Amino acid sequence: MKRTIFSNQLLPWLLLAPQLIITFVFFLWPAGQAVRQSFLREDAFGTRTSFVGLENFARLWSSPEYLNSLQVTAVFAISVTVLSMGLSLLLAIAVDRMIRSTRVYTTLLVWPYAVAPAVAGILWWFIFNPTIGIMPYLLGGLGYDWNHISDKGDAMTLVVIASAWKQISYNFLFFLAGLQAIPASLREAAAIDGAGPVRRFFDITFPLLSPTTFFLLVVNIVYAMFDTFGVIDATTEGGPAQATNIMVYKVYFDGFVGQNLGSSAAQSVVLMGLVLVLTVIQFRYVEKKVAY
Amino acid sequence: MASITLNNLGKVYAGGARAVGGVNIDIADGEFLVLVGPSGCGKSTLLRMVAGLESISEGEVRIGDRVVNDVEPADRDIAMVFQNYALYPHMSVRQNLAYGLKNRGTPKAEIERRVGIASDILQIGPFLDRKPRALSGGQRQRVAMGRAIVREPAAFLFDEPLSNLDAKLRVAMRLEIKELQKRLRTTSIYVTHDQLEAMTLADRLVVLNGGRIEQIGTPLEVYRRPASAFVASFIGSPAMNLIDSAAVPHLAGSAHAGQIGIRPEDLTVTPDGPIQMRVLAVEELGAQRLVHGKTGDQRITITMASDADLSDDLRLSYRPNALHLFHRDTGKRLD
Amino acid sequence: MIENRPILNLLAHLTLILGVCIVALPVWVAFVASTHGPTAFMSGTIPMWPGDQMIANYSQMLGAGVSTSGTPPVGVMMLNSMIMALSIAVGKIVISVLSAFAVVYFRFPFRGLAFWCIFITLMLPVEVRIVPTFQVVADLGMLNSYAGLSIPLIASATATFLFRQVFLTIPDELTEAARIDGAGPMKFFRDILLPLSRTNIAALFVILFIYGWNQYLWPLLITTSSDYYTIVAGIKRMADAVDGLPQWHLVMATAMLAMIPPVIVVVAMQRLFVKGLVETEK
Repeated sequence: MKRTIFSNQLLPWLLLAPQLIITFVFFLWPAGQAVRQSFLREDAFGTRTSFVGLENFARLWSSPEYLNSLQVTAVFAISVTVLSMGLSLLLAIAVDRMIRSTRVYTTLLVWPYAVAPAVAGILWWFIFNPTIGIMPYLLGGLGYDWNHISDKGDAMTLVVIASAWKQISYNFLFFLAGLQAIPASLREAAAIDGAGPVRRFFDITFPLLSPTTFFLLVVNIVYAMFDTFGVIDATTEGGPAQATNIMVYKVYFDGFVGQNLGSSAAQSVVLMGLVLVLTVIQFRYVEKKVAY
Repeated sequence: MASITLNNLGKVYAGGARAVGGVNIDIADGEFLVLVGPSGCGKSTLLRMVAGLESISEGEVRIGDRVVNDVEPADRDIAMVFQNYALYPHMSVRQNLAYGLKNRGTPKAEIERRVGIASDILQIGPFLDRKPRALSGGQRQRVAMGRAIVREPAAFLFDEPLSNLDAKLRVAMRLEIKELQKRLRTTSIYVTHDQLEAMTLADRLVVLNGGRIEQIGTPLEVYRRPASAFVASFIGSPAMNLIDSAAVPHLAGSAHAGQIGIRPEDLTVTPDGPIQMRVLAVEELGAQRLVHGKTGDQRITITMASDADLSDDLRLSYRPNALHLFHRDTGKRLD
Repeated sequence: MIENRPILNLLAHLTLILGVCIVALPVWVAFVASTHGPTAFMSGTIPMWPGDQMIANYSQMLGAGVSTSGTPPVGVMMLNSMIMALSIAVGKIVISVLSAFAVVYFRFPFRGLAFWCIFITLMLPVEVRIVPTFQVVADLGMLNSYAGLSIPLIASATATFLFRQVFLTIPDELTEAARIDGAGPMKFFRDILLPLSRTNIAALFVILFIYGWNQYLWPLLITTSSDYYTIVAGIKRMADAVDGLPQWHLVMATAMLAMIPPVIVVVAMQRLFVKGLVETEK
C-alpha cells in the first residue's frame, strides 16, 4: 500500500482502459462464449442450436477418446516434468560446484529457452526420422526398430523428449538460483558434522531446495499441459491412433478440424477449471502475493 | 517568507483512529520551530499536514495569510527535507536541484543562478554532475537541503533529516542547519525524536505526546519549567528523576503532589542531606560520572564530578527551588 | 565447495559437457542438414559433418523460399515475426506499466474489481479458449493483419504484477518529493517512475520478445494469407508440403533462421534475460 497517492478519479480509468478493453474483448468475452457454447449443440447442418444442459459434459465423460486424452495428458505431463527437472537438477548441481566456469556453462545451457516449441518439435522429429534420422540409425544398431509414425510408445517418447529438452534451461536456471541461495555455512556445518557430499545433498541441500522444486513442479505441469501445443502439432498431430492427443490439442482439433463446437467448448471449460486449480495451487503454496 | 498558523488542527484516520488533535501553534516569520516527541506522537503527521501530504480532518493551516487546507503541496510555497533524503536516484545532483524549478517553468538562467548559489552555500559544487548513489551520507544530506534552498520557499519543513547519519556527522550537520537557517531567515518547522537536537536547534520547541501538545516554549523555558511529568522525563539527559511523593514524605510539597521531579544535576552529595541513596551502578563519562541508585524503592540518578568520593550509601541534598511538583492523576505541573 | 575432491570435480565437468552436448545435439544436426544439398538425404542416414551448400540453401530460403510449399520467402516471414514479436513485447509493456501505475498510485471505486479482471487473464491461456477467441477476432475483421497477430495477445497479468511489485518498492518519499516539486501524476510517471523501472522494462522486454517470436497456434489460425505468415508457424506448413519430396535441408535452414533471433537475444542479454525470467515468476 502506498502512503502517497494521486487524487485524480478519471485518470486511473484512462490508464487502465487499454488493458481492460483487451482483457474483456479477447479474454473474458471468449471465455464466456466457451461457457455458453458448452451448454449448446448445433444440429448436423449447423442451422439450429439448442440448449442441451450438461449433455456435452456428460458425453465427454463417456467418450473413450476423451478419457484416453486425459490419460495421455497425465502420462505426458508427468514424463516431461520428471525428465526435464531431473536432468536440470543434475546439471545445476554440477554447475553449483564450479567456481570459475559457472557463467560459460550457464550460457551453453540456457539458450534452448529461446527455441519455439514448434521448432523444437521439428528438430527432434528430424533426428528421429525413421528413414534418415540419426537416432533410429543408432537404435537400429542396438536392435530396436524405431518408428514414431506407427508406434504409439515411440511417438509419446518423441514428444516427451522434445518438450522436456526445451524446458531444461528454465528449470536449470531456477534450480541453480535455488542452490546458490542456500548459505554455504549450512553445508560447511554439515561437513564438519561428518557428512559426505552425497549425504549432504540428501540431508541439507535437497530439503532446502524443496520450495524451488515445488514451484518448478507446478510450472512444468502447466507448461506440459498448455504450452506444448506447438510440439504436438509440428510432429505427431496427436497420433498415431490418439496416442499423443493431449487435451489442448484435442480442444483445437475438435473445434477447428472436427467442427464439433459444443464438445470443444465443454473441453475448454474443463481446461479453464484445471488452470484455475493450478493457479490457485501456485499462488497458495508458492506464496505468490496477490494482495494488492 | 511567511508566518505559519496551525489553528485547532486535528487528524482522524479513516478507521477512526486519532493521530493528532487540538493543535494550536503560531510560528513567526523566520522562526525555527522544532516538534519533538517519542515515535507515534503525531509530530510527523503534523508536519505532513502542513506540507499537504496528509489531508486535514479538523482545523486549518495558514501559510502567510492564506488558508492552504485544500492547496496542493506544490502550491503551498514550502520545501521539505526528508529523512531518507528522497533524492531522485536517476538524476544528477544538478538535475535533482533543478527539477522543482523546471516544473514551475522557471527560466533556465534563473535555475542556473539559484543552483549556483545553493551549491556555494552548501559546498556541493564539485559533485553537481554526480548521481546521488556516488555521494556519502553527509553529501546526500546537503543535496537534500540544496533542493529546498533553490526553491526559495516561504518555509522549510524538515522531517528527521539527520537520523540517517552517524553520530559525529549528525552533530556537525546540526550546527550547519542552525547556521544556514539563521542566515536565510526562512521560517522552519523541524521534526525530531532526539531531545538534544530539539534543544540545540529550536528557537521554540513543541513537545508532543499522544497527538496532543504537552508544552510550547523556548528550550530553556521547557527545560527549567516542564509543564508536565512527561515533558520533564523527555527533555534533558540524563532524564529528570521522578519520585513517587509517598516515598519521600519529608520533602517540601510532597503532601499534595503525585510525583516530585529533581534533575540529576540538582542533587548534591552532602554528609547530612535529607535523601538517602543506595548506589547500584556507576557510569563514568570522563569529566563527570552518572551514579544510579535507589532511595527506598524509587530509582534515582545523580551526576557528580568524577574525582569526588564515592561510597555505597550517599546522602543527598537539593536546592529548594529545584523541585518540580506534578499532579497525581494528570501529571500536570502544580505551580 | 567444501572439500576439494578432484574426482567429483571431474565428474561434474563430464556431466556438464555431456549435458551441453545433449542440449546442442538437435541444433547441430539441423545445422549440418542445412548445409547439404538435397541428394545428401537420399542415401540412408543424414551426414554428421557440415557440407558445402550452406550459402546456397540459406540464400534460397531467405530470398525465394520453396515455391511448392505455399509459404513466402523466409525473409518475409522473419520480418512478420519481428513485427509481431516487437508489437507484442512493446504492447504488453505499455499497457501493463500503465495499469500498474493506476492500481498502485490511485484509489478509485472498483479498483479491486479492475485488478481481478486483469488477474483472471492468467487463468485463460489462449490455447484453452481458442475457438471463441478466433471467432471474436474474425468478427472484428482482424484476420490476416498485424493487429490481429498481436493485439489479442498483449493483455498481461504477469507484466502488470511485475510492475506493481517494482512500484511498491519505490519509496513513498520520492513521490512526495516529486509532488512538492510540482510534478503531477503523468509528469511523475514520465520523469521518475519510468526511468527508475528501466532495467525491469528491459528485462521484461527480453522475455516478451521471445514469447512473441515463438507464438505458434495463434498465427497459424488467423493468417490464411501468406503475406502474414510468421516463421515459426510457417515452418510447419513448409515441413508438411515438403514431406513428399525430402527437402530437409531447406526445412532445417528455415528452422535455424527461426531460432537465431531469439537465441541471440538470450545469449547477448543473458543477465537481463535471467533477471526477467526470475522476476516474472516472483
